[in-house]
Amino acid sequence: MAVKDTVGRWGEDVAARHLVAAGLVILDRNWRCSAGEIDIIARDGRTLVFCEVKTRRGAGYGTPFEAVTVAKARRQRRLAAEWLEIAGMSVPDVRFDVVGVLCPRRGGPRVEHRRGVI
Amino acid sequence: MGLARTYAIGLVGLDGHLIEVEAHIAPGLPGFTLIGLPDTVLYEARDRVRAAVINSGLKWPDRRMTVSLSPASLHKRGSSFDLALACAVLGAGGAVPKSALADLVLIGELGLDGRVRSVPGVLPAVLAAVRAGMKRVVVPAPNRAEAELVPDASVADVRSLPELVARLSGEPFGDDEIPDLEPAADEPVSAGPVLSHSSSALEYPPDLADVCGQADARKALEVSAAGGHHLFLQGPPGAGKTMLAERLPGILPALELEAALEVTSIHSVAGLLPPDRPLLTRPPFANPHHTASVVAIVGGGSSLLRPGAVSLAHHGVLFLDEAPEFRAGVLDSLRQPMESGEVVIARAQAVARFPARFQLVMAANPCPCGQGDSAELLCVCPSVVRRRYLARLSGPLLDRIDLRISVDRPSRGELLAIGSGEPSASVADRVLRARERAAQRLIGTPWRINAQLPGRELRGRFAPKPGALAAVDAAMSRGELSARGLARVLRVAWTLADLSGVDRPGSEQVGVAFSLRAGRFAGVAA
Repeated sequence: MAVKDTVGRWGEDVAARHLVAAGLVILDRNWRCSAGEIDIIARDGRTLVFCEVKTRRGAGYGTPFEAVTVAKARRQRRLAAEWLEIAGMSVPDVRFDVVGVLCPRRGGPRVEHRRGVI
Repeated sequence: MGLARTYAIGLVGLDGHLIEVEAHIAPGLPGFTLIGLPDTVLYEARDRVRAAVINSGLKWPDRRMTVSLSPASLHKRGSSFDLALACAVLGAGGAVPKSALADLVLIGELGLDGRVRSVPGVLPAVLAAVRAGMKRVVVPAPNRAEAELVPDASVADVRSLPELVARLSGEPFGDDEIPDLEPAADEPVSAGPVLSHSSSALEYPPDLADVCGQADARKALEVSAAGGHHLFLQGPPGAGKTMLAERLPGILPALELEAALEVTSIHSVAGLLPPDRPLLTRPPFANPHHTASVVAIVGGGSSLLRPGAVSLAHHGVLFLDEAPEFRAGVLDSLRQPMESGEVVIARAQAVARFPARFQLVMAANPCPCGQGDSAELLCVCPSVVRRRYLARLSGPLLDRIDLRISVDRPSRGELLAIGSGEPSASVADRVLRARERAAQRLIGTPWRINAQLPGRELRGRFAPKPGALAAVDAAMSRGELSARGLARVLRVAWTLADLSGVDRPGSEQVGVAFSLRAGRFAGVAA
């Protein structure tokens, strides 16, 4: 496993703990299909939340949020539609969140959760 | 997060419009949307502004930003919005107090390192800002002198974005913090290519003392300068036509303030303003090459509307050397601005109006071989070629030319004569006095110079002395002088009267004016 994948996996764990602490209920993690992967699927009250996690060691290549490009945001929507179809769930509200995890070389990770951004 | 508002100026031709730049920062993924009809250069401002903000050590908001330029219907172009865009974003992000931006107009282009670069068109932009009631403007440091020409404007100049941010936030910003942003020594201060003719001709004005002999042509040049009459010089190569024409601006009076501001505005928009001379006070001289296109002469362009040679010669001289070599369409495109004193350029996206009140000087050889009908040289052109050559200058165009002069090569005696001709300074003195006489007489009328007198006034209020028309009686009865031709003769006669201090032109002035108009060439009806 490459270092970046380890970091990403670790970031997703940090993000998941952050979401649980914020009161969300995790339904699924790393759901994959041929089109790609959804990092975290959670429930926030009556709202279904599709969550993308971005982890960065530093700001040298931009903030975690800048890494979510228009193309990635579009794919996220496509994946969500596919998940909903397979799950056969009918949900009143769907939301797309991004969690940015910044883990500098010194000090603890900094987590930022942005709701409904895609 | 929030909303901030700054102001910039959008130029369409010479007309500036106040543009409101609003920046809104909303929660969401980072992004920068620029709306309100920006052109490509302005769209690129997104990347310039972002790099400039980051390299200035300021925080680029990591949020969803929408920047809107309004009025949204007006096409906006160019790089002069950078400063307003950057400050709107920084204001919305809280890096700059919004209150400091409330009544400021910001003009300038940003470099990626945060330095503020000069832009063309600062003078008309500041004029528009003041007219719109915004008296406080921020301009790039190299454009400061130009902006300060505008009365009532309170001008601040900036060299870099950090400097501007510090000053807006009320923090001290020492001069010692600037050197690393000092522009490289070879960086052109003016935003566009500086044409050689517009700077060198003004720095070392050629003097009439250099011209040998040519008494008739000198006289015609003086009359042309005094009355604003268009001039046509015809003669063999080497006779001195170009020399004479280049010396016309030197004997024209200096521009008055209003005219100087107009001329400077046009050159500023064209990016032709010499950096060391913010205000052009001498009449400009434009001499387009004969391969010039209609757009180069009249002005235009597909997106950015630029003034053409007729506007660059506004309040000055438009010199067409080798006039018959110009394309027919180009020559005839001059007729409309000659009548109206302005050009209106209409394109799909905008309509621009440029003033174009120029004095036309054309020079031509008598025929393609150039020898023409001079005494000692023999023309080798077939007669049909000779006839066709000058016929390329259309009748309606020639009809608008008051003075037609044959310039012969100076004789051996004139070339070898000791001493030089009369210098420009003393001719300019007579021209100035004649213009003052005309202006005095024309007080209370919309006209300033004799060339502008309408025909009916020449028959009424400004008629010549009784009996003065006897000089042209014969020509009129032979049908050589049309009614319009007569009016043109009378205008020149008034200028001659002004030059010689006569109250009203008599038969002598009318006679001389007629001979100046008739010239000496065949095939051109007066």
